[in-house]
Amino acid sequence: MLSRRTERGSTAVALAFALFLVIMTLVTVYIFWAKIWWFPPAITDLGHEIDAQYARTFLITGIVFVAAQLGLAYAIFKFRDHGQKASYFEGNNTLEIIWTLATVVLFVGLGLYARNAWAEVHFIGASPGALQIEVTGQQFVWNFRYAGPDGKFGREKPELVSASTGNPVGLDSTDPASKDDIVSPVIAVPEGREVELILRSQDVTHSFYVRELRLKQDAVPGMEIHMHFTATVPGEYEIACAELCGLGHYRMHSMLTVMNEADFEKWEKDQEAANQ
Amino acid sequence: MPGTIVDDVEIIDAGHGGGTPPPAGGDDDGDSHRPRRPVPPRAYFTALQLGLAAIVMFFMALASSYIVRKGLGLDWQSTPLPRVLWFNTAILLASSATIVVARKKLEGGEREAFRSWWWVTTGLGLLFLTGQVIAWHQLAASGMLLATNPSSSFFYLLTAAHGAHLAGGILALFYVAFRPWSRSRISQSTAAELASIYWHFMDGLWVFLLALLTLGR
Amino acid sequence: MVTHENGGGHEQHHPPSGFIRKYVFSIDHKVIGIQYLMLALFSVFVGMALSLLMRLHLGWPTAKFAFFHGGQMTPEQYLALMTMHGTIMVFMVLTTAPQSGFGNYFLPIQIGAADMAFPVLNMLSFWTTFVSLVVMICAFFVSGGAPIGGWTSYPPLSALGEIVGPGQGGGETLWIVGLAIFCGASLMGALNFITTLIDLRAKGMTLGRLPLTCWTWFVTAILGLLAFGVLLAACILLLLDRLAGTSFFIPGGLVVTDQVITWHKGGSPLLWQHLFWFFGHPEVYIAILPGMGVASHLLSTFSRKPVFGYRAMVAAVCGIGFLGFCVWGHHMFVSGMSPYSAFAFSILTMTIGVPSAIKTFNWLGTLWGGKIQFNCAMLFALGFVSLFVSGGLSGLFLAQPALDLYLHDGYFVVAHFHLIMGVAAIFGMFAGLYFWFPKMFGRFLNEGIGKVHFWLTFIGVYTIFMPMHFLGLAGNPRRYSEMTAGPFLLALQPVHVFISIAAFITIGAQLIFLFNFLWSLFAGKEAKEENPWHATTLEWSIPSPPPHDNFGGVEPVVYHGPYEFSVPGAADDYIPQHLAPNLVRKA
Repeated sequence: MLSRRTERGSTAVALAFALFLVIMTLVTVYIFWAKIWWFPPAITDLGHEIDAQYARTFLITGIVFVAAQLGLAYAIFKFRDHGQKASYFEGNNTLEIIWTLATVVLFVGLGLYARNAWAEVHFIGASPGALQIEVTGQQFVWNFRYAGPDGKFGREKPELVSASTGNPVGLDSTDPASKDDIVSPVIAVPEGREVELILRSQDVTHSFYVRELRLKQDAVPGMEIHMHFTATVPGEYEIACAELCGLGHYRMHSMLTVMNEADFEKWEKDQEAANQ
Repeated sequence: MPGTIVDDVEIIDAGHGGGTPPPAGGDDDGDSHRPRRPVPPRAYFTALQLGLAAIVMFFMALASSYIVRKGLGLDWQSTPLPRVLWFNTAILLASSATIVVARKKLEGGEREAFRSWWWVTTGLGLLFLTGQVIAWHQLAASGMLLATNPSSSFFYLLTAAHGAHLAGGILALFYVAFRPWSRSRISQSTAAELASIYWHFMDGLWVFLLALLTLGR
Repeated sequence: MVTHENGGGHEQHHPPSGFIRKYVFSIDHKVIGIQYLMLALFSVFVGMALSLLMRLHLGWPTAKFAFFHGGQMTPEQYLALMTMHGTIMVFMVLTTAPQSGFGNYFLPIQIGAADMAFPVLNMLSFWTTFVSLVVMICAFFVSGGAPIGGWTSYPPLSALGEIVGPGQGGGETLWIVGLAIFCGASLMGALNFITTLIDLRAKGMTLGRLPLTCWTWFVTAILGLLAFGVLLAACILLLLDRLAGTSFFIPGGLVVTDQVITWHKGGSPLLWQHLFWFFGHPEVYIAILPGMGVASHLLSTFSRKPVFGYRAMVAAVCGIGFLGFCVWGHHMFVSGMSPYSAFAFSILTMTIGVPSAIKTFNWLGTLWGGKIQFNCAMLFALGFVSLFVSGGLSGLFLAQPALDLYLHDGYFVVAHFHLIMGVAAIFGMFAGLYFWFPKMFGRFLNEGIGKVHFWLTFIGVYTIFMPMHFLGLAGNPRRYSEMTAGPFLLALQPVHVFISIAAFITIGAQLIFLFNFLWSLFAGKEAKEENPWHATTLEWSIPSPPPHDNFGGVEPVVYHGPYEFSVPGAADDYIPQHLAPNLVRKA
């Protein structure tokens, strides 16, 4: 027989716990649902596909989150010690099988569903006519190189790298193909045209990240990693480094500008002129 | 104010029996308690197997790094294996045979013979390590040092790692020979068996590493 | 106390004398367990102090403080704090207290043994851990300071030395050496745990009657045994790259601040990542599994009901352990690894969510129909379930590479691992501590103060880490010393301020715990009886604190499973495991 003091105490604690869980769940779900802090709008078709997969994942995890937290709250309150006897059951094999299978189907299904978006990012490469831009990360700036009118990237040599004399990527001027290469600390791309990025790093691992593209890729020294996208919304978008690269990691920042075709051609010509 | 459940439970349950153990040492409690068994020798064998599993994982990490690194670079230059390595291998294999003989002598009660064969094994082990050091000298003399190229790096690293573990094995051999076993939880015979399992394993590991270095040359 | 003349193992039956043998170089698993807990307690406060400084800077990046040279914290100081915070918390807190702390103390007792299989090895493993902690802390005090590469220490940043950043010289070397020493200590401990569990169980203690705490200590030890050797190999390779000019991880053609690196070529930074995460993923399961064991144990004990689905729980623990070795690539989706491997890792990772879900259902099933008692231990166990759900679900996002593209290396990940490791696992430890404190010290932790500690901490951790999900969704990268580089980051600053304030309050609440802990050690309410919680497992059948050889020279015999609560037909609502059937009171 339990004393009244414990009984009352038990109800107060149980209620507090359950209430906290309910409030926490509701507040959390609200903030997610109301998108108070959220992704910026996607600027590619792939981005929208990824967002759709996000929505599916939010739905499933949201339901599980609410069910689990509220289920816990309910159990805490309903089965608080108020003088009752506990039931003795050691399990339920049928239930185990059902919820195991359900979880497998749900989780693995979700994972398999996400294959298409991933395939578009990396199983399929850029198409042959894509605009190639070489991205070079270094402590703590990004540099972007365009092949210029000849469509060929000139040779680069590590020994020639000199930020102070304006050759951050070590372009070898003895190579004729280098003459029309454009090197810029910001990147511009034409709207609606496929772009292929070739990611490199000079020193440590960095990571190229543009939120609106829904893309991120490490730039690994010793490797040339390709990624591609087709941006459809003109605008200026921030590039942030997303792999710890040293003390300046937080300020390794640049801008990606999506322009219409005409503006892009003009931009290229201006860059060309400036580089001479 | 939420009450402390423990307080109330204490009050309710004073004088409650059923959970108190009987006085220590009594064997008139029937089968609820029995005299403590010492730690079984079996535990040592379990521990040895586990230790070997951990060592395997360590060498697998190195071996897989070797294979990956080899596949990466155009800078892989084969490291010619010093000939003395084959001699060393023969020495190590011989020591596995002598350790078996030593144990047989111990089982048969021939303590002096056991001691001799055990020393031979220890000596062969030390000879192996010396031979490995000679191999290093030979390789270094030919211009291949630790950092010369990845192949040589792995050569030194793998042989050093194996050598370090074998040195541990040699220490175990000394331990088996010198420790007063009458005061231990296991007999000298068991200790010798444990040491020899480790020794054979080191043997096998060397053969594996040699195969890796040869095929991956 | 019975003494035995059995020709061997004397050290186990005669209690040690003298301060050094009793409290310093003790081979008694209980003393060693407490030593590990003390090491973890020290480390967790160091780790929290580091995070306090980090959050101070993140909330107010331009503020000046007297204790920094020149007033302001530099970016490299922030990164050094962050690196050591992660390292100390993961290794010196989460890999020690749940397993080597509580496991050392209670595993032998719960299986009915007098000590671990190898008490001297046990002592060595603690002191080796201690040395590794000292070596790591020394990194703060060498020139250049502590390393700045994060607890993951990716090369080339971690391999090229001082030229790539302050702290990457001597500090990084000490860090790697300290970690390598820790690997050795962990391997010794794992070996002891597994051998003890396999070979030293008392009569009647079949695997099917093992408490779930023991099952988790078992699987955790197996994970440690197989994973730490790989980390040790990785550390050796990294040290060779740094000190001996090898190129396991460093490719050629590197230029650091206009200086060409000619003495390295051909290596792969990804090789480190594979080795590290092959260890690193099992490591995080090492951190959480014992907490799950404690949660299961306490949810059952304080609902006065058996664990729901004991066998499914065991299968889930084993499943998590096994799958834990198969998913490491999910840390490397954007690393440049093959996208096909990435997809395979993704499906395996989604699969590992299944046993975790099963455990959550079974925890709820354990509570269902119960008679829940709300002492502090139970509050933390209940909190564990809520936090594990919150932290685990975000993993479903990160496990999908297409979604991870956006979230990788951002605050969504920080939220995920903090909720799971930095909070749920810690709650498992708190729960264990409130539960086992009376057994270990013969006194209770104060329940009233404990409840204040619980509520402040439970509410506090949600206010710290829930908002981090939103930062992640907004695209906030991690390991940034300040959010000032661009407009989208500046816009998120108010959230960082909120989180920092929440962190200060929550960290402050831990001082309440510290006070409770220290005060209760000396003046807490005495736990005179052996089984104040009316629990069933063997530790509750011996005095508090237990005698040197636990069971007084005899070996208990086990007749029942570990969770026989509210058995129909029994007069009491619990049946201790060692109680002979003829002695069980009938209703």
